[in-house]
Amino acid sequence: MISKRFVLTFPPATTGEPITFNLIRKYNIMVNIVKADISPGKIGHLVMEMTAPAKVLKEGMAYIRQQNVDCEPIEKKIYYRKDLCIHCGACTSVCFAGALTMGRESAELSFDAEKCVVCELCLKSCPLKLFSIDID
Amino acid sequence: MSKKRSIEEINDKIRNGKAVVLTAEQVSAMGKEMTHAEIAQKVDVVTTATFGPMCSSGAFINFGHPNPPIRMEKITLNNVPAYGGIAAVDAYIGATETAMPHDTYGGAHVIEDLIAGRDVLLQASAKGTDCYPRTEIKTLINKSSINEFIMFNPRNAYQNYNVAVNSTPKLKFTYMGTLLPVFGNANFSTSGELSPLLNDPELRTIGIGTRIILGGAIGYVAWNGTQFNTGKPLNEHGIPVGNAATLALIGDAKQMNPGFIKAAYFEKYGVSLYVGIGIPVPVLDEEMARSLSIRNSQIETNIIDYGSGNFEILGRTDYETLFSGEIVLSGKKIRTAPLSSVKVAREIAGFLKKEITEGRFLLTEPVALFPKTTGLNKLEIRQ
Repeated sequence: MISKRFVLTFPPATTGEPITFNLIRKYNIMVNIVKADISPGKIGHLVMEMTAPAKVLKEGMAYIRQQNVDCEPIEKKIYYRKDLCIHCGACTSVCFAGALTMGRESAELSFDAEKCVVCELCLKSCPLKLFSIDID
Repeated sequence: MSKKRSIEEINDKIRNGKAVVLTAEQVSAMGKEMTHAEIAQKVDVVTTATFGPMCSSGAFINFGHPNPPIRMEKITLNNVPAYGGIAAVDAYIGATETAMPHDTYGGAHVIEDLIAGRDVLLQASAKGTDCYPRTEIKTLINKSSINEFIMFNPRNAYQNYNVAVNSTPKLKFTYMGTLLPVFGNANFSTSGELSPLLNDPELRTIGIGTRIILGGAIGYVAWNGTQFNTGKPLNEHGIPVGNAATLALIGDAKQMNPGFIKAAYFEKYGVSLYVGIGIPVPVLDEEMARSLSIRNSQIETNIIDYGSGNFEILGRTDYETLFSGEIVLSGKKIRTAPLSSVKVAREIAGFLKKEITEGRFLLTEPVALFPKTTGLNKLEIRQ
């Protein structure tokens, strides 16, 4: 049995398929939803941990992709140069996972690596290009 | 009877170390508990600040004459083109200039490199004249080797600005940052109640010749900024809704601090420059105290669709709501994010407060006040 985190990206049009239900019922995969941000008409994101034997996990991923839903395992890590950060907040606008947030009173950027799903949108949105990515 | 004081009286107090100086955020908080008359009685100067991306920025440089001399025509700095259509060894490097359309290094980076004391590669060519025989030059320059290095920004410190959203199903890359499809986010750029022109909305004290802090050094208001517009509708608190007045600023870039001038690249838009500006506002009377007490909840702006290309106004919101992290537009919640750094703006306001309190920075009477305008001309296309 292995456990792995995945980011699922849904197209704006809903798939109509009960994907997580089928992963549990048909593939017998243990599913733990970490973060969900899905609403009709928008690109949706779902971060979940799946636990199953490696072969089953592969089948599950293939099933998800068949539904026109992108499925990427989280194997990388985001780094940023905190020392050079000007705390503008531009990166927080694209961080749907809620890892990058602005302090309401402090007006400072904080980064919670635990919440990061490595979508990499912050790499492009940082005007000072302070984010980088590394394979774990 | 409202207390009135002159700038000269305030400067006397600054010289004697007796001036009461607060930041605009401190005065906004004070306004919740004290009347405007009490604030006018107690406070002499309020410091305002902003640190946001301001594309309409740049610097004049005089490189010094080589021997034999050259009248530089085509000029590049670290391969970024600089404008050389002025005399001999003068040039203007614009913040948004790049060598190639999609370069992430541009004029703003050249300016930041020079301010930080780094060497920059100068290359220039000329046709050669009897008085300027040289036709080519390639050499390294830095801020010690050049003569003047004068930042001159034609349009800075916008009084209020739009909130950007994207109605289309496509991801959009704009100067207001990355806009997610179908109202996925809303970006805004302001220091709100700390912002200079929102604290003196009628421009009673900020005019031509006003001494300011630009990039961490002494600077001046040179003129009204381009696209200066005092004809925007005001809300009930006297704040123009949407982008209105602007400032043209000038300062000695050699004295600037790289912490307050930062080059930026906005994905698929281009290069811009974060400019740090601090402006002191004298509390001349009760009316000035009222303007300075403005709070984020009282400053409103328009929500504009940057996705569709026609910049339609979709709604209105205020900065307290924007800073809360979420606005509601047509019943839908939208996550918000700033582009302007309130943290650095606070540092600038705090720095200016210290300079004034300790007697190193005196206030100025504007040499001339700005005009009132009625609106902006559109560029008509005609043959």
